[in-house]
Amino acid sequence: MSNRTEENKSSNQGIRTHEIVKAGLHRRRAAEIRFKAYGFICIVAGLGFLMALFGNIIAHAWSAFEQTYVALDVTFDESVLDPEGKHDAANLASADYPALTKRSLAAMFPEVKDRLEKRSLNALLSSGAAYELRRVLAKDPALLGKTERIWLPVDDDVDMLVKGQIDRDIGEGDRRMKDYQIAWIDKLIASGRVEKRFNKQFFTSGDSREPEMAGIWGALMGSLFTLIVTGALSLPIGIASAIYLEEFAPRNRWTDIIEVNINNLAAVPSIVFGLLGLAVFINFFGLPRSSPLVGGLVLTLMTLPVIIIAARSALKSVPPSIREAALGIGASQMQTVFHHVLPLAMPGMLTGAIIGMARALGESAPLLMIGMVAFIVDVPGSLTDPSTVLPVQIYLWADSSERGFVERTSAAILVLLAFLITMNGLAVYLRKHYERRW
Amino acid sequence: MQKSTLLFLLLLISAYAFHIGRQRSRQIVGGRVTNLHSLPNYYGYYTALWALLPALALLFIWMGFETPVINHLVIGTLPEASRSLSADNQGLLINDITNALNGSYGEAKPELKTTVDYLRSLKIRSNWLLSLLAITLAFMGAFFARSRIHKEHRARNKVEQTVMAFLVGSSLIAILTTLGIVLSVLFESIRFFDKVPITDFLFGLEWSPQIAMRSDQVGSSGAFGAVPLFTGTLLISSIALIVAVPIGLMSAIYLAEYASLRFRSVAKPLLEILAGIPTVVYGFFAALTVAPFIRDLGADAGFDVSSESALAAGLVMGIMIIPFVSSLSDDFINAVPQSLRDGAYALGATQSETIRQVVIPAALPGIVGGILLAASRAIGETMIVVMAAGLAANLTANPLEAVTTVTTQIVTLLVGDQEFDSPKTLAAFALGLVLFLVTLVLNIIALHIVRKYREQYE
Repeated sequence: MSNRTEENKSSNQGIRTHEIVKAGLHRRRAAEIRFKAYGFICIVAGLGFLMALFGNIIAHAWSAFEQTYVALDVTFDESVLDPEGKHDAANLASADYPALTKRSLAAMFPEVKDRLEKRSLNALLSSGAAYELRRVLAKDPALLGKTERIWLPVDDDVDMLVKGQIDRDIGEGDRRMKDYQIAWIDKLIASGRVEKRFNKQFFTSGDSREPEMAGIWGALMGSLFTLIVTGALSLPIGIASAIYLEEFAPRNRWTDIIEVNINNLAAVPSIVFGLLGLAVFINFFGLPRSSPLVGGLVLTLMTLPVIIIAARSALKSVPPSIREAALGIGASQMQTVFHHVLPLAMPGMLTGAIIGMARALGESAPLLMIGMVAFIVDVPGSLTDPSTVLPVQIYLWADSSERGFVERTSAAILVLLAFLITMNGLAVYLRKHYERRW
Repeated sequence: MQKSTLLFLLLLISAYAFHIGRQRSRQIVGGRVTNLHSLPNYYGYYTALWALLPALALLFIWMGFETPVINHLVIGTLPEASRSLSADNQGLLINDITNALNGSYGEAKPELKTTVDYLRSLKIRSNWLLSLLAITLAFMGAFFARSRIHKEHRARNKVEQTVMAFLVGSSLIAILTTLGIVLSVLFESIRFFDKVPITDFLFGLEWSPQIAMRSDQVGSSGAFGAVPLFTGTLLISSIALIVAVPIGLMSAIYLAEYASLRFRSVAKPLLEILAGIPTVVYGFFAALTVAPFIRDLGADAGFDVSSESALAAGLVMGIMIIPFVSSLSDDFINAVPQSLRDGAYALGATQSETIRQVVIPAALPGIVGGILLAASRAIGETMIVVMAAGLAANLTANPLEAVTTVTTQIVTLLVGDQEFDSPKTLAAFALGLVLFLVTLVLNIIALHIVRKYREQYE
């Protein structure tokens, strides 16, 4: 009797539990779907940020690969260039080329008489136009005395206007171009004298105050020299350090400290390494400021932990059987490591090294500390020349107020990203094709 | 001779030494290599090391002492008036002379002409002497080593000892780096705290590091109270974490628990690109696009938003650290044993309930470790805040106003002219010390948690 009531009770309870569960099921399923959706939305948001970043930069950058040129009929007037009739190269190199462009512009727009207006007419041309004329004449001295149609770069404001980045419709006071300047440009465009061409200057010249003259070649060379120093130091030291810690070091307090230390160094803010470089390499050792040598040293210290950690895990993944086999046939420990373990771990080590170098290439904060942020026009030619690097060049241009630097900054970023993607792609390729799994 | 040419020559000589060492060992045993203690190559390496290492040591010592010695000699020839100048002015004079020698900044002043010529001759003589000595030393080393080779000579052990010394030395560099960081930052900070009391620095509410050049200038007494910088850093980092933690964590959960293998293999590397983009790119994006966007948005909504608002810098920094949160969390969620999940399913829990009530609590230490690492990254991040945050030290918690951070101030204090006796420059090192200590503590805690937790399920 009592047994039966028990059963009844439990089955009653079973039905009640069932009902409770059933009542909540709808809510729980909705919660499940919501939760899953949150996760998906978050991933989409993350990827959306990535897209926005890339889209934004590409949208700003693409126009920088073209530069506006204007065709002028330039007379290489002997009375201007060579009034004393000396005909030697040194004399021609220092001649008054701006006078030539001023004359041909004046000939084209005879109605401009006012001095101020004349000045703004001449300002349509880039200050680099004179250098271009000098280059043309130096290449072909026979042009002296003749008239030739020559394509010359225009000022960055004109460039912006032609590219449609200066709004013609806003009031004259709000934009950088006067109405009459726009009228001149429209006249030039109508006569087919304005053309957009590939911006070679951007890839071949150093920094400049004038956007249309500025290029990334100097910064690229600076980056190259810095990376050479970083690679030449951090690769051997990092790999040697990893070999010692992984293959030879006894497990004791000391190696434990080294290990914790390396892991911590990998997470120290990069700017602190800049402080170290400033205090030690520049103030204490007296190495030249702003040089790729010091930059490379600082970046070496910064990338070492990354390389060591990657190299250690590559060594770890080589199975002990390899070592035992080598030791078994009489190889010394050193021979075992250098003849057998190291070659097998090399692809993994190189992958880590390339990723570390890519990080070094994109780094700018510590280099600001050691003076690689100076305005440097010359392309560096050695490890001790003052120079800047690509990311710092981006920072410098991003700070400039000229409208023309916005697109150039974006273009420089694209170049930097292209290098980084290539390096990381190489790392992925190495990992996929050469890394062995046991 | 250029130093690089000399280095190349030394390498050539050591290659030659390798050759003669190997030849010698073969010659001793009459070609029967098995009679030697070590393989012939090791005798080669042994000889090459003897040729290279002493000469390299000489080269480095010479390079260290060359400039001071030459400068001393040059100062000795100058007239009495220049010799009695202070050390700083002598340095300037030497600079002038060196510049004249290199031909930069135009022609030398006529009165320096003889000195410049003397310096040039000294430099040339020093170079030749060095080259001569180094090359002689290299050859002497090679022939000395060659003469020591005999049948029982333990060349392999010697070479291996040298290599071992190199390996140990390399692994000590990490320690030296830490030591270098601590010492360099500490020394300059102590000099700073001599001038500005440490309590003023840590608890002062006003930051205006500009110091008057002349005593009669107005309004630039210099105040080094770093509290506004700390709160600014905290504000921007908090905004970054508020953005990054939910997005990163939910992404990690979705990738680890829900996503198909194919989706995961595409989305995970794409998300991690965010961590590989140079920070200067984020800074440009924040300053050029995000900040004006937020300002305009705020203006439409009737708020007065600064164009260097903490919100813009924080948002973009948050995007940057999403992968730091997500990839570590992903690792730890994956490390939770399947049996825990199966247990929860058997009790009738749905997948999201399992995740919320079983998986996340189990993975929590690892996730917290990841968040701490991301926080340390946010606090130490420089370029984004340099480009997108303000310079004025405002003591405010309003994310729409401009604040400044520790890293921004370090950069502004150190870019440009540096005088290592003014508190303005030294303050940067004091800030660096605080930054280093704070991130160090965060890292140690995070790495400790991560390490301990990894062991738990292994």
